[in-house]
Amino acid sequence: MTTATESLPPPTATSGPIAWMRERLFSSPLNIILTVLAVWLVLMSLPPFIEWALIKANFTANTSQECRAGGGACWAFIGQKYRLMLFGLYPYDEQWRPLIAAIIMIGMIIASGMQRFWNMSLPIIWVGGLIAVAVLMWGGIFGLRYVEDTQWGGLPLTLILSTFGIALAFPFGVLLALGRRSRMPAIKTLCVLYIELIRGVPLISMLFMSSVMLPLFLPEGFSIDKLLRAQIAIIMFAAAYLAEVVRGGLQAIPKGQYEGADSLGLSYAQKMGFVVLPQALKIVIPPLCSLFIAVFKDTSLVVIIGIYDLMQSTKVALTDSAWRGFSIEAYVFVSAIYFIFCYGMSKYSQNLEVRLATGHKR
Amino acid sequence: MKLLATAAAAAALVFVAQGAQAGATFDAVKSKGFVQCGMNGSVGGFGAPDAKGEMKGLDVDLCRAVAAAMFGDANKVKHTPLTAQQRFTALQSGEVDMLARNTTQTLTRDASLGLIGAGVNYYDGQGFIVTKKLGVKSAKELNGATVCVQPGTTTELNLADYFRANKLTFKPVVIEKLDEVVGAYASGRCDVYTTDVSGLASTRATQLPNPDDHVILPEVISKEPLGPLVRQGDDTWLVVVRWALNAMVEAEEYGITSANVDEMLKSDNPNVKRILGVTPGGGKALGLDEKWAYNIIKQVGNYGESFDRNVGKGSPLKLDRGVNALWNAGGLMYAWPIR
Amino acid sequence: MADPRVNGGQSAPPRRLSWNDPDVRSVVYQVVAVALVGIIGWFLVSNTLHNLSIRNISTGFHFLGREAGFAIGESPIAYGPENTYSRAILVGILNTIRIAVIGVILATIIGTVIGIARLSKNWLVAKLSMIYVEVIRNVPLLLQLFFWYAIITEMLPGPRQALNVMPGVFMSNRGIKVPAPTEHFAFDLAAIGFLLAFVLIFIMVNLAKKRQDATGKAFPVYRGGILLLVGMPLLGWLIGGAPWELDVPKLQGFNFVGGATLTPEFAALLFGLVLYTAGFIAEVVRSGIQAVNYGQWEAASAIGLSRSQTLRLIVLPQSLRVIIPPMTSQYLNLTKNSSLAVAIGYPDIVSIANTTLNQTGQAIEGIMIIMAVYLSISLSISVFMNWYNKHIALVER
Repeated sequence: MTTATESLPPPTATSGPIAWMRERLFSSPLNIILTVLAVWLVLMSLPPFIEWALIKANFTANTSQECRAGGGACWAFIGQKYRLMLFGLYPYDEQWRPLIAAIIMIGMIIASGMQRFWNMSLPIIWVGGLIAVAVLMWGGIFGLRYVEDTQWGGLPLTLILSTFGIALAFPFGVLLALGRRSRMPAIKTLCVLYIELIRGVPLISMLFMSSVMLPLFLPEGFSIDKLLRAQIAIIMFAAAYLAEVVRGGLQAIPKGQYEGADSLGLSYAQKMGFVVLPQALKIVIPPLCSLFIAVFKDTSLVVIIGIYDLMQSTKVALTDSAWRGFSIEAYVFVSAIYFIFCYGMSKYSQNLEVRLATGHKR
Repeated sequence: MKLLATAAAAAALVFVAQGAQAGATFDAVKSKGFVQCGMNGSVGGFGAPDAKGEMKGLDVDLCRAVAAAMFGDANKVKHTPLTAQQRFTALQSGEVDMLARNTTQTLTRDASLGLIGAGVNYYDGQGFIVTKKLGVKSAKELNGATVCVQPGTTTELNLADYFRANKLTFKPVVIEKLDEVVGAYASGRCDVYTTDVSGLASTRATQLPNPDDHVILPEVISKEPLGPLVRQGDDTWLVVVRWALNAMVEAEEYGITSANVDEMLKSDNPNVKRILGVTPGGGKALGLDEKWAYNIIKQVGNYGESFDRNVGKGSPLKLDRGVNALWNAGGLMYAWPIR
Repeated sequence: MADPRVNGGQSAPPRRLSWNDPDVRSVVYQVVAVALVGIIGWFLVSNTLHNLSIRNISTGFHFLGREAGFAIGESPIAYGPENTYSRAILVGILNTIRIAVIGVILATIIGTVIGIARLSKNWLVAKLSMIYVEVIRNVPLLLQLFFWYAIITEMLPGPRQALNVMPGVFMSNRGIKVPAPTEHFAFDLAAIGFLLAFVLIFIMVNLAKKRQDATGKAFPVYRGGILLLVGMPLLGWLIGGAPWELDVPKLQGFNFVGGATLTPEFAALLFGLVLYTAGFIAEVVRSGIQAVNYGQWEAASAIGLSRSQTLRLIVLPQSLRVIIPPMTSQYLNLTKNSSLAVAIGYPDIVSIANTTLNQTGQAIEGIMIIMAVYLSISLSISVFMNWYNKHIALVER
């Protein structure tokens, strides 16, 4: 072939924007009605919101009266209060520490999502990271000032409760899942009881239990502080849900894998540790992500037992009488923080799901 | 299953020897070197963080006074903010050594919770706050009103009792968190907000946008003797808390303030001499330093100073001394003699 | 051991207790596990009893018979401060059930609509529902509840400036007031008629199925069902003498008197729970529909069914099998999440049990009551949904 002919553009009736719109928006009377309704909905809600959030909003006011004058959102309030919201009562001049701790934890979460860390280095990263976070937050060594955990607060605390919650619940969750699939009736019964009991009650009642009853469970002279008690409740709660997720993964492993491991003469621990669990955990990574998101959101419930997480420090910021009545702005701001975290994680887990489809689903 | 074992082990790792054994609180506090004080954390004037995050208030001062008596240093206090729901369990379980959280002393609390009151640091009573716009002059006109109230306190019971006794109806809106409940009142969800009058004043001064738009009704519908509580079974500790409070009131009666306490050491008044430990005996009997009361007055101040600074003239709350004036000024504050 | 000579010496070697015998190991493990749990349980219980006794904390459930002394904001049954704690707790349970039942029904409807909308051919509709689902699912429910409560209490005017949307309907920060029929026994009859309608529909569906199996004639089940649901209560109302009086809310003193109220707390909780759970249900429905083989769609259009007919008659019934189990857990979540009512002051079981445990100091008993109530509700929902799941399961040949 010597002369290449100019290729003609595709016919406009079946491709291009007009055709796309005809196909996707106006293909039938019902479709037209739906489109009109949807457009109306957008027009009804979006312009007033943009006007409130951006056009009439005030970003720089120094007093609340000045801020209200515009009639729009008062983002200056966030500017005044963001340190309190993000770090709670942590000593003001030491707030770089929780900031770094938060970055470490976000880093750990991101690292867990990278396939190249899915080997023995992941537990090491987590253990190291959690220790680093503990050192940064508490201090008391390396010349850092000691800060009691009653003064921790805000976003780092939300991250701590959820990352430590999932990380420490992981071994228990796996054990519970194995126990529930075990052939030993007593162990199976115990695991089933634990899992179903925890899954049957709201997290809030677990938190109440930790804040009100736990002190009575312990022998005299023992006392665990409030934050740890809430953390224990979250761990116990997450373990039950984790167990169910892992159990789903174990059920998805074909029987041949178990039999193959048995025929090689591997012990139960070797069979599970080297053959079954690695495959099962790989399958359940997407549901693990959604569990993590759920736990991350659920930590906001510690507000109810008076722990200064992101939600509670926001509420404290709202009680300043000089800046009263900006709850909508504060909630929008905090929602945005939660949304960025959760949406990021959920998008990532959807990507993983696509990448991990290694032929288990036929 | 293993989880519980680990939880218990974790508890073992992080436990703090709190010595909840009967009779051992005093020794435990002495040996750990600070007082763990359960307080409110969100009522301005009684116990709330200031702009720097330091706890301030009338109840906080009481804890500081106990620390000053125990260790000669009022700063040896650790504060544990507690909700109304957590406060008794925290004290029962030994998480805190004393509770100074504007708590009403009642029969039930002395009789069935295993706790005991150590005195009264504020005589309060429950009242109502309404917006001026409503044009209400008396609580008797509140028939059919929607009332905001916090749950789990005597407040909720008194409210129901008062309306029942006066054949009035009302709709309660019950929200646990103080800021939420005040928010509900401020937004107009309720016509009335009810709590102890001191709390109303605190809310009006520090949490409502325009304090002048609100009026506290004249009726006081209950008796609320607020004071510190300790666990039953450790009388040594109970006595220390009780006398730390008495020392502050007694000091006011004899005109000893944090400013003049050093001059007062030279006083000839036998009472003053006994209070300040110039005439020894009292401190030793309590198991404390002879200078215990001197340290309280020097570092915390007398009751009147603490009152003015936190809830009285020198504070945003601007509460009158009223029934909390000294007995010889027409009030109820009557310290037992230090002798 | 059996005598080896009896069966011709073909017996197993005598069993000795050995660590290499899996049966022995399993017994040992189980004994150890049960013993461990027992020891821990005993440790905790004995600590608790010891702590309670040395601190003179009274225990037991006898407090339930005492006068509660506190008022409750809204109650489906008559309740006053002079009633006992047990009645107060009953009010709490009923309030929880009320929000759960209404919430589950509404969330299912809205969730299903949005789930189908996500697969709509209409690009705008699909995108909008996707945005809705993503935003709702990625923000904590508690935050959403605070948000709704703030909007309802801060944006709506006070009762004296209430918005009169329709004659007799007033919206204010005291809630939404609507006219309600005056108390009359005819309405009780109508309610009985409504319940009877369900029984009749059940019978009708079964008969229709039998007839269709026998003769191939379809019976208009949907129309008949709607007719029954409307007709039976109407019949009851007519038998009762057809009272025609409405109790219209009037402003009197501080608030509206008369009529029925939707309180801000209930409304905020319901909005929050329904919109939040609907986001999750939408995803369940979407994945359920997508799990149905595409060949079904093609076959349906081959025999000339429209898209909506295909969805209603072919795809949704098949996707139900995939949908029911995750739907069950969403219903359970909604019920458990209703416990967040305590944060915005709706008097559900958690908030009332909390108040009770504060008044009486009976912390352990109070939390036990909360847990027992949720466990029973969760179990009942699970049992019902499992029964339904079996009922619609595909009968494999």
